[in-house]
Amino acid sequence: MYVNSIFKKKKLSENVTSQEQSMTMKEKALYGSSKIRMEAKNLYVKYGTTIGVNNVSVPLYNEKVTALIGPSGCGKTTFLRALNRMHDLSRTATVTGEVLLDGLNIYDPKVNPVNIRRKIGMVFQKPTPFPTMSIFDNVVAGLKLVGIKDKKFLREVCEKSLVQAALFDEVKDRLNSPGGSLSGGQQQRLSIARALAIEPEVILMDEPTSSLDPKSTAKIEDLMVELKNKYSIVIVTHNLAQAGRISDYSIFMYLGELIEYGKTKKMFQNPKDKRTEEYLTGKFG
Amino acid sequence: MIKPKKTLRQRNIKDRFMVSLLVLSTIIVMTPLLIIIAYVVINGVSALNWDFFTQELGSPARAMQGKPTGLIHTMIGTAVVDFLALIIAIPVGVGAGIMLSEYPDNKLNPLLRIINDTLNGMPAILKGLLAFALIVKPMGTFSGLSGGFALAFVMIPIIARSTESALMSIPWSIREAGLAIGLPRWRVVLSTVMPAARTGLVTGFLIAFARAVGEAAPLMFTSFGNNYLPNRWIGMLLGPVDTLPQRLYSLAISPYKEWHAMGWAAGIVLLFFVMALFIMARLLTRKKVYY
Repeated sequence: MYVNSIFKKKKLSENVTSQEQSMTMKEKALYGSSKIRMEAKNLYVKYGTTIGVNNVSVPLYNEKVTALIGPSGCGKTTFLRALNRMHDLSRTATVTGEVLLDGLNIYDPKVNPVNIRRKIGMVFQKPTPFPTMSIFDNVVAGLKLVGIKDKKFLREVCEKSLVQAALFDEVKDRLNSPGGSLSGGQQQRLSIARALAIEPEVILMDEPTSSLDPKSTAKIEDLMVELKNKYSIVIVTHNLAQAGRISDYSIFMYLGELIEYGKTKKMFQNPKDKRTEEYLTGKFG
Repeated sequence: MIKPKKTLRQRNIKDRFMVSLLVLSTIIVMTPLLIIIAYVVINGVSALNWDFFTQELGSPARAMQGKPTGLIHTMIGTAVVDFLALIIAIPVGVGAGIMLSEYPDNKLNPLLRIINDTLNGMPAILKGLLAFALIVKPMGTFSGLSGGFALAFVMIPIIARSTESALMSIPWSIREAGLAIGLPRWRVVLSTVMPAARTGLVTGFLIAFARAVGEAAPLMFTSFGNNYLPNRWIGMLLGPVDTLPQRLYSLAISPYKEWHAMGWAAGIVLLFFVMALFIMARLLTRKKVYY
């Protein structure tokens, strides 16, 4: 909370109620009555003339895990990266349409992407510890580098985040050794701890377990189930079993388009679209 | 097994032939350097003595009468002027390098790249002229300060380029990771990318420094040269100062054979100093950072 209070200059959470009211009865029946945390509206992402994400509109619910599934190259990652303005740095990618966070369009020219990214954290496919920083500095990088110097507070946050990421016991005796000295699975959990340290509201995960062994994968899956009590989680995964285990909602994408969206259980047992069915049964993708 | 068209013996002969071509070109590259080093050392070593490293040059009469004479003022002057140049060039060069590498989306970038490359290819004497017009004319005197600026113009494009490539060698994912935890772009560059690229950055500084140390032309009408050590330290910056490459030139064109020998000795000092810098740069790049 301390962290968020620093970044309260732009308050984004005023329109929550109106957002909820705008849900129709039909939608409520379909998706349950959870709060919508984020919402994509007519979102397009283009790389030059190639279309990466084609007119996707979808709500993402608070305190739920939403899984993005689909064959390689279908635009899952591109969509995910559009949710916290990661395409800003790319010269080729252009984003049109809206992404609402608590009712406010994050692509509004008045919105500073830096503030958005403190509310919408991201974990990448490959672990990305900062190479020159210690484990401790890696975890609190998002706090220390914006001027928070209270050592006691930093230590508390570091411990809390590492405990949440199920890494604390393994590294508590060597918080000062370099982040790069950890194993791949530990580095990935370190990246997760770093994302948690700034207390975001939404966490985006891009295939966080694709390079991990089953044991680390299980740890991270447990972690996600635990984290959804507090955060909204969006996860890209190629592992359908994983999507089935941990997600509440699933989005099936194909060739940049949203084909099907719904509760994971319903969708996995009884897909409406033929392509979803074929993908889920392993006929393509 | 599918048999290759040629026998193993034929292929081995071809392999050896190609490798010997490589060795030959290496020898061709090395020979001039070795000849220059040998020639300079043979001619100059006789003038290298204790006085050479402790005394001022003074008038030609000193050398002709066998009185103690040396180039201590030149070595000090070189150090002052070149470090001044480095201090001026590092912030500017690094800034331009960051711009080139980290802000490829900026509209000014293509222009910056063209200007930087042009500056890099421009004859060094023109940079001396620029410093002359900017500093020597308004000050009304030749000075170490103007020499520092002239050499900074030599260093800046080299540092910009080396900074760019050092930063580019850091994986893009590091930057995204920094942005994803809500750091502003400048903070990501300063606190995550630049520390990771520090060896590359320092190597670039050394290479630029080594390049500028050997430049005589930009100093001819900026730091100008001086047979004596300035009385006060500030005189190094505000008055004419001696530097090795320019002193080497003036000794070489002088009519005194004692000075010629000293010129060769100055060549040895310069050569080994530059070599030491490049070897240092080489050793630095050898250390690897693991990601």
